[in-house]
Amino acid sequence: MHLPDLRADFPLLTRTVRNGKDLVYLDSGATSQRPTAVLDAVRDFEERHNGAVARGAHLLAEEATGLFESARASVATLVGASHDEIVWTENATAAMNLVASGIGNATSGIGGEESARYRIGPGDEICVTETEHHANLVPWQQLAVRTGATLRWIPVDDLGRLILDDLDSLVNDRTKVLAFTHVSNVTGVISPVATLVARAKAVGALTVLDACQSVPHLPVDVKDLDVDFAAFSGHKMLGPTGIGALYGRKELLDTLPPSVFGGGAVTIVSMESTAWHPAPTRFEAGTQPVAQAVGMGAAANYLMELGMERVEAHEREIGHLLREGVSAIPGVRLLGPVGSETERDVIGLAAFVVDGVHPHDVGQLLDDRGIAVRVGHHCAQPLHRRFGVTGSTRASAHVYTSTDDANALLAALAEVPAFFGVSV
Amino acid sequence: MSSLEQMYQQVIMDHAREGHGRGLKDPGLIQVGESHQINTTCGDEITLRVGLDGVTVGSVSWEGQGCSISQASVSVLTELVEGQSLEQAEETMEAFRALMQSKGEPLDDDREDLLGDATAFVGVGKYPARIKCAMLGWSAFKDALIHARKDQA
Repeated sequence: MHLPDLRADFPLLTRTVRNGKDLVYLDSGATSQRPTAVLDAVRDFEERHNGAVARGAHLLAEEATGLFESARASVATLVGASHDEIVWTENATAAMNLVASGIGNATSGIGGEESARYRIGPGDEICVTETEHHANLVPWQQLAVRTGATLRWIPVDDLGRLILDDLDSLVNDRTKVLAFTHVSNVTGVISPVATLVARAKAVGALTVLDACQSVPHLPVDVKDLDVDFAAFSGHKMLGPTGIGALYGRKELLDTLPPSVFGGGAVTIVSMESTAWHPAPTRFEAGTQPVAQAVGMGAAANYLMELGMERVEAHEREIGHLLREGVSAIPGVRLLGPVGSETERDVIGLAAFVVDGVHPHDVGQLLDDRGIAVRVGHHCAQPLHRRFGVTGSTRASAHVYTSTDDANALLAALAEVPAFFGVSV
Repeated sequence: MSSLEQMYQQVIMDHAREGHGRGLKDPGLIQVGESHQINTTCGDEITLRVGLDGVTVGSVSWEGQGCSISQASVSVLTELVEGQSLEQAEETMEAFRALMQSKGEPLDDDREDLLGDATAFVGVGKYPARIKCAMLGWSAFKDALIHARKDQA
């Protein structure tokens, strides 16, 4: 194995579930479990260092500010960004909305001439893909409604891979934003980022990357990827809920108008007007989720200590076992390609459909065996519609997932058709 | 019987397969109401049509797809309420709602008699995430009844 057995680092994984069974946790794509290092960092902050960040001059305020900013630096290092290019957000959805709403606000005149480059309107286009999670579709769809711009999308093939044949017409001189996921949360397919970014750059479009399913599982360097913005959440990368991050190129962040207005983000306020701090402060109005940010920083450190190459290799091994195993079970259809055992093409998850058995029923039997999976449309309705199904069952791995976990899933899954009276 | 077996009793599996009332039909009645409901967690949908014959539920039919619990539940509902008076149908709906909230405990004999085959859904109450599945058809029925009662055309 590429990683040692890490279960002892994750207290929750030692609990039992239904009927006293050991927990087989295969729902990390929805939310990951937290290691002791993260839990301790949060508790230590609350017990020993809590104070108002960037306000006040007492020792606790200084310590809290220091921990808050050093967490930001850790997250920045994890993704190859500078510390002032990381904005704390409530979650990844909020990060995507921060960019979309900022563009909308610039279009309304907020930010003045400095923000004029973001303005969009009728005749302009926003391009997304058919594989998007709702969090990277709905904000852009609604921005199009708000501004009169046109939403277009890159279609996918039967295995959920982007069809790039018409890329040059879909991303054209009218395109202002190209928003796409790094990794599909349903198929696990890794997008051809370089191709998409090159096309966006050729036409002067901004690129916004949904990195929720890549940052926790792969080495990600936003400078190598050369995207303009990237969003990811804390709770999918072994950190707490209530915290996420937006990466943005510094010069872009500094001119994008905020969309949450208030104290702490501003330099000079009169009764008529406001001037904002540079990024990231301009986007962090109001009291921030400080302990959660500290936890996300600890999660970034934990992942970096493991080494993202090893994390990727470990999860690829588990993922390949899952995907090959699922494909081999009669009456079960894997969504997306099986993928390679050695190449970086899919991440460690497997979404599948059992012929004649609804995902909720599949999930119920697995739950009875102590196996936690995701059922439903995974916030990707258009992609499921493209596959001709309303939902699927998804097993997803993380650093603590073992081959035993994958084998437990495969064994229980093989029982499903017979239990529900489906002959295969 | 394990919790899983209690949830997927044979009577439920049979109803899921048979699907009484499946296929929307024209009730040929004066007061007709229809409702479309979605379970947002899984995307399951149902369209259910009710025809009233005076104060009697004359006809129930539906179209949709979903898990075995939601399909069996609407099948049982159709069998139970067709031919019932509006008053009885209200009592049946109330009893089923109580069953869903009973956390897996049986109801009193009167309400169990009223529910018949539907008492088999008692196991669902132990799984909060599945109550919505079992209620999908019932929510559609309740809403369709409201529309039917307003339909005087």
